[in-house]
Amino acid sequence: MAVLNVIDRDGKAHQLETVEGWRVMELLRDQNMGVEGICGGACDCASCHVIVAEDWAARLPEPREDELFKLDELPEIAPTSRLSCQIIWSDGLDGLSLTIAESA
Amino acid sequence: MPVSTASQSYDVAIIGAGPTGLFSVFELGLLGLKAVVLDVLDKPGGQCAELYPEKPIYDIPSWPVISGQELTDKLLEQIAPFGADLKLGRQVKSFERRADGRFQLTTDRNDTIDAAAVFIAAGAGSFTPRKPKLEGLDSFEGKSVFYAVRDRASFAGKDIVVAGGGDSALDWANDLSEIAQTITLVHRSDRFRAAPASVEKFRALVAEGKARFVEGDLASLTGTGGKLQAIALKTKAGIETLAADRLLAFYGLNIELGPIAEWGLDLADGKQIKVDTEKFQTSTPGVFAVGDINWYPGKLKLILSGFHEAALASQEAFRVARPDEKLRFQYTTSSSELQQRLNVNATKKVA
Ligand SMILES: Cc1cc2nc3c(=O)[nH]c(=O)nc-3n(C[C@H](O)[C@H](O)[C@H](O)COP(=O)(O)OP(=O)(O)OC[C@H]3O[C@@H](n4cnc5c(N)ncnc54)[C@H](O)[C@@H]3O)c2cc1C
Ligand code: FES
Repeated sequence: MAVLNVIDRDGKAHQLETVEGWRVMELLRDQNMGVEGICGGACDCASCHVIVAEDWAARLPEPREDELFKLDELPEIAPTSRLSCQIIWSDGLDGLSLTIAESA
Repeated sequence: MPVSTASQSYDVAIIGAGPTGLFSVFELGLLGLKAVVLDVLDKPGGQCAELYPEKPIYDIPSWPVISGQELTDKLLEQIAPFGADLKLGRQVKSFERRADGRFQLTTDRNDTIDAAAVFIAAGAGSFTPRKPKLEGLDSFEGKSVFYAVRDRASFAGKDIVVAGGGDSALDWANDLSEIAQTITLVHRSDRFRAAPASVEKFRALVAEGKARFVEGDLASLTGTGGKLQAIALKTKAGIETLAADRLLAFYGLNIELGPIAEWGLDLADGKQIKVDTEKFQTSTPGVFAVGDINWYPGKLKLILSGFHEAALASQEAFRVARPDEKLRFQYTTSSSELQQRLNVNATKKVA
């Protein structure tokens, strides 16, 4: 099965199970990575902010404008910051690595 | 909205003006109980009004589709007959049980509220401003660093830095440019998420030399005793330091549990308040938790669940607030007592 590699807010590494078609936020939330997903994936809360590994960033579909705007609102972001609710899991993403951003 | 006085008495104090808090006013009102609703936001509606006013909701019974703001407006209309006090822009800090069994709540704006019962309808917690991670930030907060403008005149003649790229940042940069000594807007990119008219106005001010725009991020603050003197900015060209005595940071709102964690209530997962499913009462008798903030086996964070919980908790709140009266189950369609409370004409039929 395709896996998702996650570094949590305490710096601990995890390998998560994945479900085709789920949002990455949902995978993180349901496997207790401390991601709340308050808005349920509507790109409205930024509680699902993650930093994608550099070698993966370009392989993901480009963020839409509303995601860029939401990220712009945050006091601190990294060049490869994403909102994980805007990344839909597909097995082609097997091995995707990301770090959960500190909550703002 | 009545101005707060030293202490005011109610049957029930409701913490949170989201859909659950608002509908609680209705259910309590039908039982003849008088409520006050408190919220840290300066508008009612909770998540619906703050996070998704324009988005359609499809699972409100009998509303095939309704937006977050419309739902809020309809709830306000529905509870209007009960004349509840809506006290906005204040966070409930603490509450304690007095010797006579009633509760006393205190807010960060020094209101004291006295109530027979408390409804915690706090959702995921308080909406609070997102803060930049800057060393020593808290020593400047409330003196030189602000997340909202409460006293516009205090910005007159100041060197002001406004951070952010949304409506609040643009609107205040435009407005304060009239009274500031200097005004600088700092944002990560020159992509603004604000009304086009405000963006246009700001660009015009920049063109006239009345405002400055710096593409970058805040890097550090300098000053002593809460008095800001300079702000360093991280830009593509390197660090730029500006003389500044005011910073207004507009990075949107975050939700955090806030003071609720310290209220000595049994929590599930450290984040939700445990309740029973008969009365939605917490581990403290007379204190209820309804809506997204509560937890019980099978809990779903849905608006309709909050409505149901409010109805049941109100029954028990009546017993707490009116121990000597008998609770009578009635329908709004057929009870003239309820219709009187609703201020409707009993002979009027729905077409
Ligand atoms: C984008 C999005 C889409 C959604 N879509 C749906 C949907 O389709 N259907 C559905 O049923 N639900 C949906 N929800 C969930 C729904 O909005 C929530 O279930 C609902 O808002 C919960 O209502 P509430 O009154 O319990 O809490 P909230 O709406 O969270 O309101 C709680 C209020 O309490 C205030 N507060 C907290 N602590 C304090 C304090 N100490 N002092 C003062 N004030 C305080 C907060 O500031 C807040 O305003 C959605 C949510 C989001 C974000
Ligand atoms: S879950 Fe709210 S923005 Fe992603």
